Amino acid sequence: MGFEGSANKVAVGVVSHTGDILSNPRKTYITPPGTGFLPRETAEHHRQVILDIVQQALDEAGIAPSDLDCLCYTKGPGMGAPLVSVAVVVRMLSQIWKKPIVPVNHCVGHIEMGRVVCGAMDPVVLYVSGGNTQVIAYNERRYRIFGETIDIAVGNCLDRFAREIGLSNDPSPGYNIEQLAKKGTKYIDMPYTVKGMDISLSGIETFAKSEARTKIDAGECTAADLCYSLQETIFAMLVEITERTMAHCNANDVLIVGGVGCNVRLQEMMRVMVGERGGKLYATDDRYCIDNGAMIAYAGILAFMEGQTATMAETICTQRYRTDDVLVTWRKDK
Amino acid sequence: MGKRGFVDKHNASGAEKQQKQVDIIEKLGGYDNLVSQGAEGRVFAVKFCGRDTIVKQRFKKTYRHPTLDTKLTRSRLGMEARSMMRARKLGVATPTLYYVDQQQSAIYMEKVPGKSLKELIREDSMSEKDMEDIGAQVGKAVAKMHDGGLIHGDLTTSNILVRDDDERTVVIIDFGLASNSIIAEDKGVDLYVLERAITVTHSSQALFEHVMTAYRRASSQWSSSFNKFAEVRMRGRKRSMIG
Ligand SMILES: Nc1ncnc2c1ncn2[C@@H]1O[C@H](COP(=O)(O)OP(=O)(O)OP(=O)(O)O)[C@@H](O)[C@H]1O
Ligand SMILES: [Mg+2]
Repeated sequence: MGFEGSANKVAVGVVSHTGDILSNPRKTYITPPGTGFLPRETAEHHRQVILDIVQQALDEAGIAPSDLDCLCYTKGPGMGAPLVSVAVVVRMLSQIWKKPIVPVNHCVGHIEMGRVVCGAMDPVVLYVSGGNTQVIAYNERRYRIFGETIDIAVGNCLDRFAREIGLSNDPSPGYNIEQLAKKGTKYIDMPYTVKGMDISLSGIETFAKSEARTKIDAGECTAADLCYSLQETIFAMLVEITERTMAHCNANDVLIVGGVGCNVRLQEMMRVMVGERGGKLYATDDRYCIDNGAMIAYAGILAFMEGQTATMAETICTQRYRTDDVLVTWRKDK
Repeated sequence: MGKRGFVDKHNASGAEKQQKQVDIIEKLGGYDNLVSQGAEGRVFAVKFCGRDTIVKQRFKKTYRHPTLDTKLTRSRLGMEARSMMRARKLGVATPTLYYVDQQQSAIYMEKVPGKSLKELIREDSMSEKDMEDIGAQVGKAVAKMHDGGLIHGDLTTSNILVRDDDERTVVIIDFGLASNSIIAEDKGVDLYVLERAITVTHSSQALFEHVMTAYRRASSQWSSSFNKFAEVRMRGRKRSMIG
């Protein structure tokens, strides 16, 4: 059983050793338009609903706690208070149910879930979510970060943009941008910054703050045009650094994970690029892309089968936990 | 690209003109001599006016919006040609520029006999001494560019060539992402990209240290660049990474 609560979603999932998902319920803490989620309130939300979600996960899977091998939780990265609110529940359940605990790196959870759901063996991974923007490839027992943002994350950038033009946070700012972008027709020039395999989004953020509203008010373009152009620009940057990493690593396939990875336009652009290189794109829908419990359970069980469990004292959380900090003992290739 | 159905204006007119024009790369037999299929374009080896020549042609990226694509291809082609010459004026070894074909988005330059740093590291054939010497040359070259207000923008080991001569001269290529800037942050990012290229791909910390030692000796502004480099690096380490 896996427990996730590193950001505004709290989720519990049950998976088998082979990656079959038995249940995967989740709840999202949604804030009013124009506001973001704060650590304390988010943790409070998680505390209020998590026990119901645990019960729901057991019921939907049709199992009893005694059927479980281990309890896996997100150790990091993420927001401190929400992470801890979930870890506390896991420690308690571990004592009541007498089950070992396995700490999991959230990013590795996304990668392993994506690999098993899609059947991608050794893809270049684009991990794009609220707080993460990384291009990752596996090499010698680690998921190494080849490209990343040198300032703000893509999801974060989209969220701030949505806030700037007053879009709703329900179900997510990114989803609302995607929907509105479909109505956009005019391409507005925005800052495009690629450096090596890294990108920079601070230029876009400045644009959003200084020009977006004025352009709409002056009737130069609509909010839809801006959403459309924003997606076209940012996603082109993401596809470009993914392609650069592929050329650098001689890889052909791509896996997209993380919340922004549900975006159909991003998937479409990536598919064109990967197709031209003769490779295959692996992408998932919102059940797996968005933070969930099953991904934590699955990455956890891989480590558990390698004998990795944590003592109670080791079941800490850490806000900063790099993807390449994890030694990937369960992969036997190069 | 399906439902969005981009009207391919830039290429429609481009194609018309191309039909009247001769495809020089084809004439030179370039398409049969593919050297590398990079992320941005194809690199061919040809004989041009009797010289061994590299032709780098940027192709259209159909995944991105045509307006954006045209803008990027044009600016990078121009930037590459200009920056190559600027770097050379600053005392950095670069291939000699022969010709720029705007119509074909192709750039013609001297073919440098030798290998890329990436190949050399992969082969594991460099001695301690070679590492030190090549690292020092790289550091010096980057320092010269930075002090002259030129940011390379894509300092990876495949963009650093080592010439097959007695001096084993380091030649810097691929200036498509270059920019003009004297801001320390930009220099810091340039160094950060290089560090990751060397340490993530090759886990070769020693080589990067040689680079930094030489940079420090050669750049008059090393201290502000190093401070920014440390800052950019910490940002990467410490980014809270939520979600
Ligand atoms: N002047 C040159 N002399 C010799 N070899 C060259 C020259 N220019 C390019 N090459 C070879 O071609 C490769 C790709 O060239 P370049 O870096 O300019 O293009 P690119 O499209 O950026 O490729 P990539 O994205 O893979 O780095 C180089 O790594 C090098 O091996
Ligand atoms: Mg290159």
